[in-house]
Amino acid sequence: MNDTAELLDLYRQMAVIRRTEKAAQDLFLAGLVKGTTHLAAGHEAIAVGASAALRPDDYVFATYRGHHHAMARGATPEACLAELMSKATGLCRAKGGSMHLTHAAGNMLGSYAIVGAHLPIAVGAAWSANLRGTDQIAVAFFGDGATNIGAFHEALNLAAVWRLPVVFVCENNLYMEYTPIAAVTAVANPAADRASAYNLPGSVIDGNDVLVVRDAVRRAAERARAGDGPTVIEARTYRHYGHSRTDPAKYRPEEEVAEWLARDPLALARARLAQLGVPDDTVAHADAYAEQVVAEAVDAAKAAPDADLREAFTDVWADGGATWRS
Amino acid sequence: MAELTTITYREAVAEGIAREMRRDPTVVCLGEDIGAAEGVFKTTVGLFHEFGPRRVWDTPISEQAIVGAAMGAAMTGMRPVAEVMFSDFLACCWDYLANEIPKVRYMTGGQVTVPLVVRTANGGGLGFGAQHSQAVENWAFAVPGLKIAAPSTPADVIGLMASAIRSDDPVIVFEHKGLFASRGPTAPPDHVVPLGEAAVRRPGGDITLVALASTVSTALAAADRLAADGIEVEVIDLRCLVPLDIRTVLESVGRTARLAIVEENPYQGGWGGTVASIVADEGFESLDAPIRRIAAACVPLPFADVLEDQVIPSVERVTGVVRALAAY
Repeated sequence: MNDTAELLDLYRQMAVIRRTEKAAQDLFLAGLVKGTTHLAAGHEAIAVGASAALRPDDYVFATYRGHHHAMARGATPEACLAELMSKATGLCRAKGGSMHLTHAAGNMLGSYAIVGAHLPIAVGAAWSANLRGTDQIAVAFFGDGATNIGAFHEALNLAAVWRLPVVFVCENNLYMEYTPIAAVTAVANPAADRASAYNLPGSVIDGNDVLVVRDAVRRAAERARAGDGPTVIEARTYRHYGHSRTDPAKYRPEEEVAEWLARDPLALARARLAQLGVPDDTVAHADAYAEQVVAEAVDAAKAAPDADLREAFTDVWADGGATWRS
Repeated sequence: MAELTTITYREAVAEGIAREMRRDPTVVCLGEDIGAAEGVFKTTVGLFHEFGPRRVWDTPISEQAIVGAAMGAAMTGMRPVAEVMFSDFLACCWDYLANEIPKVRYMTGGQVTVPLVVRTANGGGLGFGAQHSQAVENWAFAVPGLKIAAPSTPADVIGLMASAIRSDDPVIVFEHKGLFASRGPTAPPDHVVPLGEAAVRRPGGDITLVALASTVSTALAAADRLAADGIEVEVIDLRCLVPLDIRTVLESVGRTARLAIVEENPYQGGWGGTVASIVADEGFESLDAPIRRIAAACVPLPFADVLEDQVIPSVERVTGVVRALAAY
């Protein structure tokens, strides 16, 4: 695939994710999604760009804001939306919900909702790859807020000491929930500035530029596969919705919001496609494709049966059951 | 007949792990000081020498990284055995034992399994003070999704370690610090004790005493004394809390009509409360006396031996409770 064709493909993936997140928000507001959602609209370039640099057998670990990572690794919008809607056809059979989307068939090994907890788990997957003599790598995606929790530091240190094939990708959207990350962090770049403490390379990149992300992750993946150890990438981005549910995000200055919306990852990709000479109607066709895929996914998820009540008592143990006593 | 070989409980830990490492190349160990130093309790003696640094990994003092990395490795084809030096330190990585390891299979709809073992030195009796002495098996017992083994003999250490490592589910193995120096018959080759099968350590028809790990020897010592008074005590060693072999307890109470439970964890929230509630619920018709629990007092463990003895169930306390129950 040449660069133009690849970029168009990445754009199409981002467009599907964007519309899926919009659908999730609409379904939530319509009362069809319970609990909470943490939408990744605005973060699409990080998941799609990184995924373009990884192999299918590499491992991906994400956070409770992880819809984009599940889809970037092959989960369908229908399975994701069905999960949010507590349907039997959901990605996790309605036992995980928005915060725990997992697509193990694509080696996307979970979305974790305890901040920072999955960084050591990703380190373990990288350790396992090393022990088994494969050249798989593991990638942990996490928010800026995770950089102030102990598990982040324990994970970076152990990965560095054991020189493991892991890439730490921080999705720095400038806010840990409602508080500016800069107000609660001792360094300017919460992930990248910590890398040197563990003798690791760290860089700050434009997380809204899908090709920049792809290239940065590709370099880190090559380094990891070569046995040269972990890399920290801090990808700056911005969320288009609030932190969760109906958070209107009033704590963000209007000028800041406007500035970042102008740097929407889909808009950036469209501009680049135009520069490459891709006709407008080709891009419009990709958008129409995304609209159709997601509209069909919404219809299918709505029509799917509700979760089987017996599911409450399965999958605690490896034998499929939940028996704890004789 | 060959002389019976004996082994200490601490040697049995290393022996149990070594047997599984020999039969399965995916078994790897990680923890603080477990490699060249062979463990602060000498429970990993010989492993580093036999299996080398690719199978036995020394870690920094990073309980979250140790147990979290074990989880990631378990999800991707390995069978890690992680050591958390003192069970009190489980609190440093409790997120993994409460939120990550026991939930990930369930919340992904069965997409992943977590075949790992977390071993840890549990309990009091050695005068280590409040932060290195607590019996905390009840912490794990409060979490659906964890299996829990707590052996009382060297042979059971080997047999339960085999089951724990071969299990496709996460298993916490509580090794009791007070038992490390104890000695008993070693286990024959290929010895496997299935998880969730209690052992009747002493048969008796007058009262059932349920015990675990350190309290098994306490219960047996009490049973010896009581036998002199004509009270025949049946001592059941649960061996595991999950799966809980409550059938063996109910069957015994069906014969003895009396039950006392001896636990080292605190009365407040201790595992004996669950055992008592099931027997009260499902064995009520069998009972001729109230169920009694003999557990640690609800205080942090004190340092001085004489104070520690006040807190942890003693042979005297057990004997007194059983006498009163027998006379009820």
